[in-house]
Amino acid sequence: MEALTKKLVEAFGPCGFEDEVRDLIREEVAPYADEIEVDQMGNLYALKRGDGSGLKVAIAAHMDEIGLIATHITEEGFVRFTNLGFIIPHTLMGARVRFADGTLGVVSRDKARFVADMDKMPGVDQHFIDVGASSRDNCPVKIGTPGVIWQTMEVQGSRWIARCHDDRIGCVIGVEALKRLAETPHDVYFVFTVQEEVGTRGAATAANRIEPDVAIAVDVTPASDVIEGFPMQMKLGDGPGIKIKDMGMIAHQGLARLMQRRAEEAGIPYQPEVLLVGSTDARAMQIAGPGSAAGAISIPNRYTHTTSEVVDAADVENSVRLLVEILSKPIAL
Amino acid sequence: METLQLLRTLSEARGPSGLERAATDVIADLWQPFVDSIAVDRLGSLVATKNGSGTAPRPRLMLSAHCDEIALMVTDVVEANGFGFLRVTAVGGVDIRHLYSQRVVVHGREDIPGVLASLPTRLLPEDRRSGAYGFEDLMVDVGLSAESTRNLIRIGDFVTFDQHLVELVNGRVAGKALDNRASVAAVTICLEQLHGRAHVWDVLAVASSQEETRLLGAATSAYRLQPDAAVALDVSYATSYNAKDSINVELGSGPMIDQCINIHPGINKALIDAAKALEIKFTHVGYGGNSGTDAQYIQIARAGIPTGLLSIPQRYMHTMVETVDIKDVERTGRLLAEFVVRLSADFIDTISAEMLEA
Amino acid sequence: MNALLKQLTEVNGVSGDEKAVRLLLRDLIKDHVDDYWADAVGNLIALKKGTGESDLRVMVDAHMDEIGLVVKSDGSDGTLEFDKLGGIDNRTLSGKVVHIGKDKIPGVIGLKPVHQSSIRERSAVPSDLRIDIGANKKEEINGKVKISDHVAFVSSYTELGPTAIGKAFDDRAGCAAIVELLRGERYPFDLYAAFTVQEETGMAGALVASYRVKPDVAVVLECTPAYDLPNEKDVSANTKLGAGPCIYVMDNRTMHDPRLVKHVMESAEKHHIPFQIRQPGGGGTNAGKIQQAHIAVPVVTVGLPGRHAHTPNGMISLDDYKNYVKLADAALRELTRDTITRNS
Repeated sequence: MEALTKKLVEAFGPCGFEDEVRDLIREEVAPYADEIEVDQMGNLYALKRGDGSGLKVAIAAHMDEIGLIATHITEEGFVRFTNLGFIIPHTLMGARVRFADGTLGVVSRDKARFVADMDKMPGVDQHFIDVGASSRDNCPVKIGTPGVIWQTMEVQGSRWIARCHDDRIGCVIGVEALKRLAETPHDVYFVFTVQEEVGTRGAATAANRIEPDVAIAVDVTPASDVIEGFPMQMKLGDGPGIKIKDMGMIAHQGLARLMQRRAEEAGIPYQPEVLLVGSTDARAMQIAGPGSAAGAISIPNRYTHTTSEVVDAADVENSVRLLVEILSKPIAL
Repeated sequence: METLQLLRTLSEARGPSGLERAATDVIADLWQPFVDSIAVDRLGSLVATKNGSGTAPRPRLMLSAHCDEIALMVTDVVEANGFGFLRVTAVGGVDIRHLYSQRVVVHGREDIPGVLASLPTRLLPEDRRSGAYGFEDLMVDVGLSAESTRNLIRIGDFVTFDQHLVELVNGRVAGKALDNRASVAAVTICLEQLHGRAHVWDVLAVASSQEETRLLGAATSAYRLQPDAAVALDVSYATSYNAKDSINVELGSGPMIDQCINIHPGINKALIDAAKALEIKFTHVGYGGNSGTDAQYIQIARAGIPTGLLSIPQRYMHTMVETVDIKDVERTGRLLAEFVVRLSADFIDTISAEMLEA
Repeated sequence: MNALLKQLTEVNGVSGDEKAVRLLLRDLIKDHVDDYWADAVGNLIALKKGTGESDLRVMVDAHMDEIGLVVKSDGSDGTLEFDKLGGIDNRTLSGKVVHIGKDKIPGVIGLKPVHQSSIRERSAVPSDLRIDIGANKKEEINGKVKISDHVAFVSSYTELGPTAIGKAFDDRAGCAAIVELLRGERYPFDLYAAFTVQEETGMAGALVASYRVKPDVAVVLECTPAYDLPNEKDVSANTKLGAGPCIYVMDNRTMHDPRLVKHVMESAEKHHIPFQIRQPGGGGTNAGKIQQAHIAVPVVTVGLPGRHAHTPNGMISLDDYKNYVKLADAALRELTRDTITRNS
């Protein structure tokens, strides 16, 4: 899984421009899926058929990452931009950018000084990207060109450090669960969704298409085990979170209990999750169409939405095991 | 059942958003005698069908009254002096100013009583001493050892408010969850009235789930049931000594018939006609934007559903002392029944044609 | 004088009360379409059948509603309290003339005289505004105005040479463009024209229209804010008046389909129609709701730049308008199944 993670977190895929990621995942899942489909927004569906005795289950992991898009080229050839999804402005100074056409750039901000104004943080709109151009005419980036903050993945012990575990690690877990899922009573749709970071848009249409009975998102959640971290209980390495509530939804209580039971039966560590910020694709799938029993497996992730997110390899492995455990057995709500 | 007893039964049932089963069980018992079928769907909404007398396929009217209530949820179990305390967060639009010193029930492995507590002002951090308490200051004290607390209660358990229905003077009652069990009571009265009367349309009565968090039950039920028309019921603002606004109406002045962008003019007119036919008190209210009720999502389910909205005036919404006038609840039930009885087989054709008539 | 723009912008249709616009549009298109109907929320949807060359279902959307106000009190002291419908800056309101309800009862929104206002009041955004119809007490209002009556700004359509000034270009300009498309030759495919309600208050109309029509492709015709006023800092303007219609890539609600963005740009280049890319960022159009109403629909928005958005006096360029209609028509005519076929 480490190799696949490296491949996916180093692929280009800001919201709305997920093609490169989709191509890579499609290649991985093709040998294991009974059917593969891509819809008009770019969601990728890999269907693993059940024996007919189970439910229709959707497993959603989003392919998109937070990114940026050029809004304006100044006369001096600098690129102004806006965010695709929630960028924390503090992460921008000095960051490297890769645009869709391969152009590299470096971010700085208006009125940047070495020392002064350290306590003030201007918004994204007061930053610019230097791509080496000297005028508007010779700037290779055009208005509307998307980009991402660029970083490679590094491994140190059991910790994997990368720019977009959110949510490529969910994609990895989805792919791996499909590979390991020998038999299932359920028709399982592994959905690799688009445009989650701008409002769970892909998942909404995917759920309308599938109308699943059960929808489980696989996404990261902020780990709180750092100095004065989030006011919640979520430790790196203590196992996947099983969602009970977040800002966007209350999980189906029967499903959440069943997920916890499956973890206990299989001796997989887990952490009940009540998240006070953010939400996942499950939110959109819960309310789409006739509605589904929704829940989520959450991978503890330090420094979410920064250029260096950190997950623990054991949590990734346990998430896969938990997902396979849930999918290979009956789901009674 | 007498309306007072009906309100008491409904108000005291425990159905936080996301775990409505105890409430829908109570409601199912109340509706059962008057309907042809009844079931809870996978998102927790209760759906009862009362068949009409028209020839099949009959047009179908959805009545939607949410049955969930605002509540709290455990986010952490912490220890002090060997005792267990619970950190909590809000489920739905809880007004934190009401929480300190409230009695609650924690729905753990068993139901456990508790009280919301905080440190005295002088022991709070300096920057927390003025202003209302925040969730970081409050905790539920269940009076159990830390070990027992951990054995019985886990992160993610629901906490509901523990408040019995109180009878006030002038036929008014106060209690928890009257937002929106007062409307569930009105639907119950409507179904009871319809029991003895002929109506052409099928009636699909829905006690919808998770309105307080995201209008979930209404949205998914409307999509699944595909009714030809719908009426949502909720509570709305009544004037009180500390709340006066142009939209507010007096307690006891009858149901409000809402008009806003969620409302089909044809349904609105039919509701007003029914109220006039019964000669009951009502108030026609209008405002900009969305209603923030079940009507909002029912209207936009699938290709759109003509929707109306009735509101019962209520004081002190989203507290444990929500106050309504029993007569308003009864009037709303009677108005609704009259509206249903007056629906003709070609009602939808008529109101659709009016959309293109000058 | 562009009679269509004049007619369409001078009719009142505040969000939730679009009936007058619906009836006018019905009259304008009924002889040029094969079918039309009003749906459960008040959208007017028309079908212009294609020549049969293409099996695509294409929807073109423009919203009928405009920003405005709604009466929320019975006027016990003779004046009317109101809510805003759509994004209106409070600084827009004072000193304006409005029309209330179906009978267009005139009213004004005034302020305490400047002489009687404190220094602080003079520099603050006015609040607690009321509509005054000249009534002394509630009884004089009864029968003329009722709670929930919609209130539209009064403004007349005026051409100023290359530009025109008036209200509700957002989005009657889009409605006018669709009327022109429907009056033209048949397209290779069935074209559904959706004149939608309630865009300014949450886009409910477009959502249900998309569910009903279930198009293979949708094109939204909007009026897009242009902030090309004198501005010291060289940062994002959304669009510029006179630089041609704009094409959306991204806004707060939608990642417009990259294949359709490219297609519209290529049509513009092929027919030498000037265009601009609407600078990505805030704002939103019906496109998002159409895209996500049910299963995914490829969408793109083509906008007519309009200055002074969400005020009673917007401004457009008449050349831009001509090119806007031309671009919408060309891009639609050249649309094929290949445009939306994915290679991966």
